[in-house]
Amino acid sequence: MQNTTSTPDLLSRRLTWLPLLAIGFIVAAIVLAFAWVAGWLTPDRLTPARFTNAIETSNGQVHRGFRRAHAKGVCVAGYFEGNGQGVELSSARLFSTVRTPFIGRMSIGGGSPYGLDNKARVRSMALQLNSDDGQQWRMAMNSFPFFAVSSVEAFYEQTAANAPDPATGKPDPAKVAAFAAAHPEFARFAEWAKNTPWSTSWANTAYNSVNTFRFSNPAGEQHHVRWSMQPQTAFVAMSPEEREAADDNFLTEDLMARLAHGPLRWDMVVTIAAPGDSITDPSKIWPEDRRKVTVGSVVIESSSPQTSGACRDINYDPLILPKGVDGSEDPLLAARSAVYSVSFNRRQYDIATGKADTAIGQASSQETSP
Amino acid sequence: MNDTANVPENHAPLNHVESCPDPRHFNFTARVLHWSMALMILAMLFVGIGMVSSLSLRPALISLHQPLGIAILLLVIVRLINRLRHRPPPLPADLPAVQVFAAKASHWLLYALMFAMPLIGWCMLSVGGYPVTMFNGFALPAIAPHNATVYAVFRSAHTWLALLLFATVLMHLAAALFHAWVRRDDVFASMARGYVTNAKTLGEEKEHENSANE
Ligand code: HEM
Ligand code: HEM
Repeated sequence: MQNTTSTPDLLSRRLTWLPLLAIGFIVAAIVLAFAWVAGWLTPDRLTPARFTNAIETSNGQVHRGFRRAHAKGVCVAGYFEGNGQGVELSSARLFSTVRTPFIGRMSIGGGSPYGLDNKARVRSMALQLNSDDGQQWRMAMNSFPFFAVSSVEAFYEQTAANAPDPATGKPDPAKVAAFAAAHPEFARFAEWAKNTPWSTSWANTAYNSVNTFRFSNPAGEQHHVRWSMQPQTAFVAMSPEEREAADDNFLTEDLMARLAHGPLRWDMVVTIAAPGDSITDPSKIWPEDRRKVTVGSVVIESSSPQTSGACRDINYDPLILPKGVDGSEDPLLAARSAVYSVSFNRRQYDIATGKADTAIGQASSQETSP
Repeated sequence: MNDTANVPENHAPLNHVESCPDPRHFNFTARVLHWSMALMILAMLFVGIGMVSSLSLRPALISLHQPLGIAILLLVIVRLINRLRHRPPPLPADLPAVQVFAAKASHWLLYALMFAMPLIGWCMLSVGGYPVTMFNGFALPAIAPHNATVYAVFRSAHTWLALLLFATVLMHLAAALFHAWVRRDDVFASMARGYVTNAKTLGEEKEHENSANE
């Protein structure tokens, strides 16, 4: 340790600082790379957490313990019955002639668990199908046949534009108009929302995959597909007057009344893409004449409140898929999977930290605004 | 600190060491496991943080994250058995006591986290009601029942322990480079390859060891 000459001492001291600097530099570089990948250095980069924040903002309030979208709904249970026709398309077990039980959820679009059923243009069905081969298929489907916008970013802009203006408590019409002008494809959705007749029940509504998936059969053949759950319950239109008069919770009441009389059924109709059909843009519909195969039926037998039902703690992530089914190149699927996970984590965290009495049915009255 | 001028004069202790049972380096299995797992863990940390912050990469990254994480769980079992059955080379005898403590504590913390992280990942998916998918068509069984509160606890633990693991790995890396570049002892070499490069410190170490009768 004790050097008698000063020159080697100086030299070795200089040589000590250089490597220390190098070590500091290497560690700092790795930390920076990590922070960059995490998105911490780029506050403007759209991440799943920031998308979820935007959804919460547009909801006007965070409803603790509830889904940040499609917050109002009811748990259902039943089974899928394959008819064997899907076997040529996909090796998913449930397409065989077997019964596959599911835990499902019927919901309406919107971020409030107190949303008014008679104002909800979008209705939904979500299923978690548990095959007897141990595989799982989760689906979250909507009543619109195509998506409102053509990209993840556009949907983010739509969400942001719909955020309530603090001054009025309503979306700023200027922002909504600017959004619509920037996304011409939205006009088609607005037209659908305005002119398509409303049906009277969850039971007589069709639910669509909207996004494109890829089926593969045991021979390795692949098809891009979309599917639709087509109600066997006859369509009955609901007039604007009937809707005005309907109860805020008429969908749940109607569902329970129908289930008291017997199960409700939908046919699963798979549409197969032809070359040139858009895979990546869910706002583009495929021509009517595409090949369609009815592969089985969804049968709902019972319902239970979402506060205590088995569907409450399920994340209906559309990318949890069995063998024989994969996501397509549609970028919305990856974004949905990422954002649903954040929404799920937050609502489970709300429950764990005791902030979600209403969501788990342990509060006597509606939650109050924070 | 490190006077290398003496190196050539220390042949005798080196010869002496060769007949001594104290290992000079980690065994081959340990070295292979160490470097492959180092890469895997660093990859896991980046893949993990990347998949929760990306709107497009999640599906690809998660299908890498889950099987790679379980592979780490299997490898750490092999590694721990190997570690318990083979004495590691001793730390340099002139290493200050605090650094010895930091080295030993951080090594056991690394083992604990290498175990805990994948186990928590597996548990977290189980209690979250998720399938623990490994690759297309194969999933591990759930190891705990579906429960919202337990999920939230494990999900948070997965994040915070990942950050602790990241910090520990960085300290470990900094310490290893400190040994290699500043102290210039044999610690780095004992994991890098089978041969001791710096005869001087080894000689010193042996002498100390003999006198301390360790
Ligand atoms: C990038 C676009 C989208 C985003 C960011 C988004 C966001 C969300 C979020 C945050 C939830 C709540 C998840 C939870 O907490 O479990 C949700 C639920 C749902 N979404 Fe989406 N969504 C998108 C596109 C779609 C599309 C295209 C469909 C229709 C096919 C759809 C259908 C549903 C349904 C049915 C639910 C309710 C699932 C349930 O009952 O748990 N979403 N969405
Ligand atoms: C050495 C092992 C592992 C390391 C270092 C690791 C690291 C990470 C990191 C850094 C994150 C991001 C956390 C956040 O930002 O919140 C993460 C997320 C995640 N990890 Fe791991 N992980 C490991 C093992 C596993 C295993 C074995 C599984 C499952 C089998 C797993 C499943 C997950 C899942 C599903 C997420 C994302 C959850 C979500 O989006 O909510 N991890 N991991």
